[in-house]
Amino acid sequence: MSTQFYKSNPLFKVFNSTLIELPAPPNISAFWNFGSLLSGCLIVQIISGLFLASAYSAGMELSFEQVFKAMEVSDKGWLIRYIHANGASLFFLCLYFHVGRGIYYGSYLYVHTWNVGVTILLLTMAAAFMGYVLPVNQMSFWGASVITNLFSEIPYVGPNVVQYIWGGVTVEGPTIYRFFAFHFLVPFIILALVVVHITMLHMTGSGNPLGIHSEVDKVSFHSYFSLKDGLGVALASGGFVLVCMYWPLVLGDDENFSLANPSVTPHHIQPEWYFLFAYAILRSIPNKLGGVVALLLSVLILYLMPFTGLAKKKGSMFYPVSKGLFWGFVVCVLALTWIGACPVEPPYVLTGQIFTVLYFMFYLLTPISAALWDALS
Amino acid sequence: MSTFRNLSSSRRLALGLLGLAGAGGAGLALSLERAVSAADADRFAHAPHFHWPHEGFLDSYDVKSIRRGYEVYKNVCAACHGCFTVAYRMLRNVCMTPEEAKAEAKRATYLDGPNDEGEMYNRPGKTADYLPKPYPNEQAAAYANGGKAPPDLGLITFARHGYENYIFALLTGYQDPPAGFQVDEGLYFNPYFRGGALAMPPPLYNEVLEYSDGTPATKSQCAKDVACFLRFAAEPWHDERKKLALKLVSLLALISAALAYYNRHVWTVLINRKVMYVPKKKSS
Ligand code: HEC
Repeated sequence: MSTQFYKSNPLFKVFNSTLIELPAPPNISAFWNFGSLLSGCLIVQIISGLFLASAYSAGMELSFEQVFKAMEVSDKGWLIRYIHANGASLFFLCLYFHVGRGIYYGSYLYVHTWNVGVTILLLTMAAAFMGYVLPVNQMSFWGASVITNLFSEIPYVGPNVVQYIWGGVTVEGPTIYRFFAFHFLVPFIILALVVVHITMLHMTGSGNPLGIHSEVDKVSFHSYFSLKDGLGVALASGGFVLVCMYWPLVLGDDENFSLANPSVTPHHIQPEWYFLFAYAILRSIPNKLGGVVALLLSVLILYLMPFTGLAKKKGSMFYPVSKGLFWGFVVCVLALTWIGACPVEPPYVLTGQIFTVLYFMFYLLTPISAALWDALS
Repeated sequence: MSTFRNLSSSRRLALGLLGLAGAGGAGLALSLERAVSAADADRFAHAPHFHWPHEGFLDSYDVKSIRRGYEVYKNVCAACHGCFTVAYRMLRNVCMTPEEAKAEAKRATYLDGPNDEGEMYNRPGKTADYLPKPYPNEQAAAYANGGKAPPDLGLITFARHGYENYIFALLTGYQDPPAGFQVDEGLYFNPYFRGGALAMPPPLYNEVLEYSDGTPATKSQCAKDVACFLRFAAEPWHDERKKLALKLVSLLALISAALAYYNRHVWTVLINRKVMYVPKKKSS
């Protein structure tokens, strides 16, 4: 019988236990949809990326013209590129919701799942950055220059490291070749880590909004969550297609349409929206090395979250102060995103510095406030 | 549902304060944004919004305008600017018949080769060729234009804030500089250009060319048509995009609606169940 088959066959058994019979808490909210959406994003990026790679030539002069001509020459080439470019934005939107969910509901207490997840976040950021450089337009060239230059701040070896990354004395041909190689490779590493991430998650099972044990009350993944995730995917695809097809350039920058020119600095260098908060943190530290450290810390601090589980109960559900702090944190990230797009001048500098401090304070105050709440109640 | 009225007074106060802080913050942010843009040293006029024929969700390009725009490009702009995104084959069935496109391509000459003897040679264009470039390289272009190379117009529409609005505003915006504004030798005042003065002499004036369809070639008509053409150059798949968009968006909306309904159907029992704790009755 077919049911017997997919339960006993060693290959299908895996899918059966992750996508069909997996016991899942019935009370998880729409914030738990982002995991499946992220798998979808990764698949979309890998497939569209394969198509793009097959029409791409890496090189300082070559890439720019080639990329735009390929959009018209290859069948639906423009659509593939719009999907890939805006797909990165959807990817980060989902990532930030997913991480935000994890922070709010204490998912970081699943230490191993969490740490693999943070690694995936970091690798995705690296992949997105390298991919952004590949069309070699003004903004991607200058973005690459600014970011690779940060490595020169590493004590002693910095300048050598930067040259090693460039493969030359500045961002030039070899830089583009290697960025292409790594941009192609990294997503497959991410894919492997995603498998690990999901395997580890299924060792504990999903958390839930209440943060309590849910063994007593579970439902099978199919058809409850296969449907709910399917609905999430359909809605997200709808929104995504709407943007890709009607406002494909809205998240980009005018400078993306000029060929890279090492002798003309753009009026305003800024990354894509999803890096603006980190960019603001980088720029709000007056010392360059300090800025780089703060930039790294702004993401790496997530690795420390598992150590902040001082509270008796999991998540923020029963801690009103933590809830307030969390939403304050969201405001901080949004404010930093705004500051990242502003010029470096008063009053943006000070505003950015204040929000940077508040950003890091969140990670400290949340566990303390929760522990105090426990002590008081 | 809890309403604002039956919240405890302390909660009401907290919510009120939160709202006040939020509104205040937003107001502050807005005023900061305003205050600073006024102090921006690098000021220039932002192009107004014009209503383009291809603007709406269901609007296609105006092919007649593109045809005229190509004529303006070929007769005026092509002397200084290239347009690397457009090949002659792309014009056929858009603003030319296949024969016209072929004839148009033939009129241009291209350096090709090497031939069997290892020599480069000139040949007439084919429809697969991209529009010819006026200068062999950037240096020659800059040298011929007083040190500023005319940029390629292939993607210029998307490369400037305001898109085709900017192109139109720039081309029609030449005027005498205001008193006290110093314009350097070889530059021309234009309030829409960042910095206020550019190296391009005003390229358009009334009757700069004669349109093949008889439309009076006023300056603004030429500017509008060439802007339409340059938008086409930057996004030749525009019409295809909007057609596909309509199909995909409506398809996904239908799928979403169906899934939403079925989802609710499947979940409804689970969502409406009631879990109760019933202590066992003590049997006396
Ligand atoms: C006499 C040569 C010449 C002709 C003809 C000419 N241009 Fe230009 N154009 C230039 C030069 C030179 C520049 C660079 C100006 C600068 O950077 O100061 C330029 C710049 C531009 C720019 C970019 C402005 C910016 O924001 O950087 C646009 C758009 C443009 N031209 C459009 C056109 C169009 C459309 C036509 C035809 C109607 C045209 N040009 C005809 C020489 C020319």
